Amino acid sequence: MTQISIPDFSLVVLIGATGSGKSSFARKHFLETEIVSSDHCRALVSDDETDQAATGDAFDLLNYTAGIRLKRRLLTVIDATSVKREDRAKLVTLARKFHALPVALVLDIDPEICHERNQGRENRSFSQHVPRNHAKALRRGLRGLQKEGLRQVHVMKSPEEVDALEIAREPLWTDRRSEHGPFDIIGDIHGCFEELTDLLSGLGYEIEPFEEGAEDLIHARPPDGRMAFFVGDITDRGPRNLDCLRLVMGMVEAGTAHCVIGNHDFKLNKWLKGRNVQLNHGLDLTVAELEKTSEEFRKRLSTFIWDLRSHFWMADGKLVVAHAGLKEEMHGRGSGAVRTFAMFGETTGEVDQFGLPVRLEWAREYRGKADVVYGHTPMAEAEWLNNTLCIDTGCVFGGKLTALRWPERETVSVPARRQYAEPAKPLDHDSGMSAQQDHDRLLYFDDYATKMRIETRFKSTIQVPEENSLAALEVMSRFAVDPRWLIYLPPTMAACPTAPEGPFLEHPDQAIQHFVERGITDLVAEEKHIGSRALLVVAKDAEAAAARFGVEDGKAGVIYTRTGRPFFKSEPDEAEIVARVGQAMDRSGLWTVLGTDWVLLDAEIMPWSAKAQDLLQRQYRPTAAAAAASASALLASLNRTTRIDGLEDLKSKAEAQLQNAMAMGKTIEGYCWDTADLSDYQVAPFHILAAEGQVFTDRSHVWHMETLEKLSEAEPMLKTTGWKVFDGANAEDRRQVVEWWSQHTAAGGEGMVIKPNAFLVRGDRGIIQPAMKVRGRDYLRIIYGPDYDMPQNIERLRQRGLGRKFSLAEREFKLGFEGLHRFVEAQPLSKVHMCALAVLALESEPVDPRL
Amino acid sequence: MQIELKLTAPANADYSARDLGYLLHKHPDHLHRRDVAAGEVLIFYPDVSEDRATALIHLDVDPVGLVRGKNQQTDGLLAQYVNDRPYAVSSFLAVSMTRALGQTVAGKSKERQDLADRDLPYEARIVPVSLSGDAEMVKELFEPLGYEVELTELDAESRIVDLTVKGTTRLSALLNHLYVLIPVMDNAKHYWVDKEEIDKLIAKGEGWLAEHPARKLITQRALKHRRALMNMALARLDETLVSDDDDEDAGPEPEEPLEKPIRLHELRLDTVVQTLKDHGAASILDLGCGEGKLLRRLIKDRSFRKMVGVDASVRTLERAHRNLRLDEASEAITDRISLQMGSLTYGDRRWHGFDAATLVEVIEHVEPHRLSALALSLFGDARPNVVVLTTPNREYNALFEGMEEGQMRHPDHRFEWTRAEFQEWSDAVAAEYGYQVTRSPLGPEDEALGGPSQMAVFVKGGAQ
Repeated sequence: MTQISIPDFSLVVLIGATGSGKSSFARKHFLETEIVSSDHCRALVSDDETDQAATGDAFDLLNYTAGIRLKRRLLTVIDATSVKREDRAKLVTLARKFHALPVALVLDIDPEICHERNQGRENRSFSQHVPRNHAKALRRGLRGLQKEGLRQVHVMKSPEEVDALEIAREPLWTDRRSEHGPFDIIGDIHGCFEELTDLLSGLGYEIEPFEEGAEDLIHARPPDGRMAFFVGDITDRGPRNLDCLRLVMGMVEAGTAHCVIGNHDFKLNKWLKGRNVQLNHGLDLTVAELEKTSEEFRKRLSTFIWDLRSHFWMADGKLVVAHAGLKEEMHGRGSGAVRTFAMFGETTGEVDQFGLPVRLEWAREYRGKADVVYGHTPMAEAEWLNNTLCIDTGCVFGGKLTALRWPERETVSVPARRQYAEPAKPLDHDSGMSAQQDHDRLLYFDDYATKMRIETRFKSTIQVPEENSLAALEVMSRFAVDPRWLIYLPPTMAACPTAPEGPFLEHPDQAIQHFVERGITDLVAEEKHIGSRALLVVAKDAEAAAARFGVEDGKAGVIYTRTGRPFFKSEPDEAEIVARVGQAMDRSGLWTVLGTDWVLLDAEIMPWSAKAQDLLQRQYRPTAAAAAASASALLASLNRTTRIDGLEDLKSKAEAQLQNAMAMGKTIEGYCWDTADLSDYQVAPFHILAAEGQVFTDRSHVWHMETLEKLSEAEPMLKTTGWKVFDGANAEDRRQVVEWWSQHTAAGGEGMVIKPNAFLVRGDRGIIQPAMKVRGRDYLRIIYGPDYDMPQNIERLRQRGLGRKFSLAEREFKLGFEGLHRFVEAQPLSKVHMCALAVLALESEPVDPRL
Repeated sequence: MQIELKLTAPANADYSARDLGYLLHKHPDHLHRRDVAAGEVLIFYPDVSEDRATALIHLDVDPVGLVRGKNQQTDGLLAQYVNDRPYAVSSFLAVSMTRALGQTVAGKSKERQDLADRDLPYEARIVPVSLSGDAEMVKELFEPLGYEVELTELDAESRIVDLTVKGTTRLSALLNHLYVLIPVMDNAKHYWVDKEEIDKLIAKGEGWLAEHPARKLITQRALKHRRALMNMALARLDETLVSDDDDEDAGPEPEEPLEKPIRLHELRLDTVVQTLKDHGAASILDLGCGEGKLLRRLIKDRSFRKMVGVDASVRTLERAHRNLRLDEASEAITDRISLQMGSLTYGDRRWHGFDAATLVEVIEHVEPHRLSALALSLFGDARPNVVVLTTPNREYNALFEGMEEGQMRHPDHRFEWTRAEFQEWSDAVAAEYGYQVTRSPLGPEDEALGGPSQMAVFVKGGAQ
């Protein structure tokens, strides 16, 4: 029995003549889906697996299929003869393209045996010379396989050896997904030993006693459970290169640290191996120190560097560390290209005015989920950009040495004790914006113009079909406020389950019951204002807004509608309301209480007529007027008619219709008043959605209401919302809530919203509806028509289906919540924007708009 | 919704107003109820005497059935919102009336054919009418037919009115006039309009529509603004040859009638094409390509090897696709031209590497507060070698007839620039992103106000 091991991500090329037993060998060791066979491909394109005329197309299919599997990081086995060099060359190229390791398993079987086997099979009536030629070609190429780029080659010389082989699969060296840290990832050291020990001590590592300049390795004990991680470039330019090497080697050997290879380490090893290298860029200093060390130490060092990996792919794929960063399509893979990228980054081949290579900005294009932490390019500050972080803060150039605590995502730095070398160009300038904000000035259409899949922190992924994404993009680009302000769009709200009988279509009983049935009895009822939904982003001042939102419009805040459009046509009006809310935050002390200098409020702005003028004029008022005119004309005619009997039914129906139409008209007018100037507006906030570092969906509605009451006291334009907290299981509480609803709606109120007091409650199946509206009997005339509650109408309207609306409300809530969290976590704007865009996209789903 | 039909008989007339019952085939002493598709029709006579009789035709629409029905024509989901359709006199009543009074509409009366054939003094009170237009329009519709019009407004915005028309006419003529003109006043029909609608229109309009001075408005609205149908109907009314042209054309852009006398758009496109040729541009990104007018010119010139039309609206792109006939185009054409959805306020990686980008009358459709994103995307990120950009010159608006102060040429224009404003913006953008810009007027120049449109050509490089 012979055992070999291959990487669990590789391109396995079987090489052998027809009849050598490749297919049965493949089936024995690999999943059927892992095997891409030329015979099978030939059959797929021609219905005949022996049709040699179809070979060209069959191999196109084979390459395509294998390519897709490799792109998806799946082990793939090529079952074709592959005895010719040019056939193998194509496969090696394919493996390199997807950074998979090409492995050759050779079945070098006597052509006589192959021929015999072929005789016994259908469709294989080849003459004897076919396997013989195959075998000849195979043997010619056997020696050069490694040179062709096949990184691992195993030859089996007889059917017995084929039978005896066992194949084990091992993760690639770079695949460390099972390691979770926590890590302290340390930037480029470049011989700055004192700063390194300062930093390690600050992070809680205990450095064991050592002698300066000796050869024995230095050890450091990490704080509980943590591990250090060096991003490479241990030496050069700095003062104590040898000691740095001793410490890094010591910790790596003791298993208390990892290290990936940097370009300086790579070059140092070239020198160690006696190659001809230029002693520049500070290597001269390192060499001067190492020349005094023993041969044995230098050998040990060389082995150490040789064993350093290009990158580590860790924590279930959530973290990648590489010296110069790494594109997403290279994570956890292996090839020369991966190693070069990881050490040197991606360069265009040109050099800039400072003589440094021009780098392609892979990080700007990065959209992956894994955090990529790297060094290599000295920056003034370590700043996140699209989930990537460069932590080379130029210590050796007089900057600082920085570590990232991960998964905490905190950076810790110690300043350089002095400047040890002159940088070729000044460290990056400070534009006043963070790197991420600078990048986020422009979002990319092609990131969204596709079917979107958004992973939320509710363990559910929300999908948006492409056509809905496109519709949302059109609306966004034509009407919406600057996406830097648009951090959130509110979800639609579920209507309560329909009342089963009586004069009401909606009644608080069903909403309360909905929650109680799900075990939630701590409920609040809030008055529902009729105005227009508005989101208010308010910062302390324009500077605070610019700093946090990266905006350049000089505004201290914006007010936008539920579809992301500016709420006010007039910018001065908007600025005035923003200013008043900001002052109210100030006067009520809420900036301090919430520990923030910006806030996002969810509100209703009254009067309704200010925003809905067009709808009122085109739809609501004409409807009420037409309904009243129609009923009263009929009634007048009926009253004049005395000669005909049996008109009483018609009369009473017409009377009821007239009453309904008047009630609808009255209801509408109650929500409308002229807005000659700003003091005619009322702003009724009902949620404090977010502030710096916080999303307030973890606070109870009682907290929201009480906090907003304080805010409203500080500004007359702000209107409070009536609310009641109650026990849904208590009959008396329920009675009082129903009583309140009845009075409120009879007096012209729109209705009420019933919510779990805890704001966000997770149930057995997803989240519980966060809110449910219960609209008043007269308000519903505006929605369902004036006569909706006549017996013949209401019974049919009760058949309304609520499932889609519930599902939509739940998905939109998750998206909104996800987007807010992404924003407060300072994630790239492209990820925040995706959530807002998705809410808008979902709104284009066909759902009964009356719900 | 209802129509009250009144027949009067002057003293010494040779007929009785009671005969209205014979003309309508509905006995004056009974209540007549009839179910129709939209609901229920009620017919009864509030008063009947020798000299005066009134018949009431009321349609009680089932509002719930209207929304829940499957065969309705909806304007998308908004039609599910509450609206005046169940209450205002509309095509529902017009159609229901012909069902309930089929004989009368056809001009037949079993007992009083002589009266059916005679002109008699009738009044029709139609209430309520949801007017799409003003009182003048109603007069233009009815007065040429010999009616007196009385109109009372029932709501503040004077959309809902109570209308009475009086005239001496045959009853069937009156009903046919109402059948055709009710949906015209209301400018809506509850059913899908197709070619058969032309036959109905011609039949009901027989003897009066061809000579009616408002026949264009009537045909247009009766055929629900479907241009091709309208042209066919007008042609048949003229008894000239019918030509079948492209259906569902979007109609002219709002600024076109204004600018038409100087054929400005043609001139603009010619200038842009020439500018692109002068700069030797072979790959063109037409940003805001609209329905593809510029692309249609570019495709004819082999020196433009690759062109991509970009628009923010899927529907506009679909029209461009049709106008350019891309479905049936040869590969030689589809290799050169493609359309994609995109937006000027986002960056787009697909825009990298073009020789030139054109924005013909596009920038004024972008909100002013989003112009910095447009500049960053176009000049900072896509960075074509040449950008050709045209936009209206607001100063010139003073020379357009019928434009009010401060009005813009197109309702979707978010701004229109003066020459100085255009210069300020284009200079600033050129300086920030390393382009050189030259500007020129487009169209016949006025000494004081400049050209009707203005163009800027940005060339990459130069002042860095």
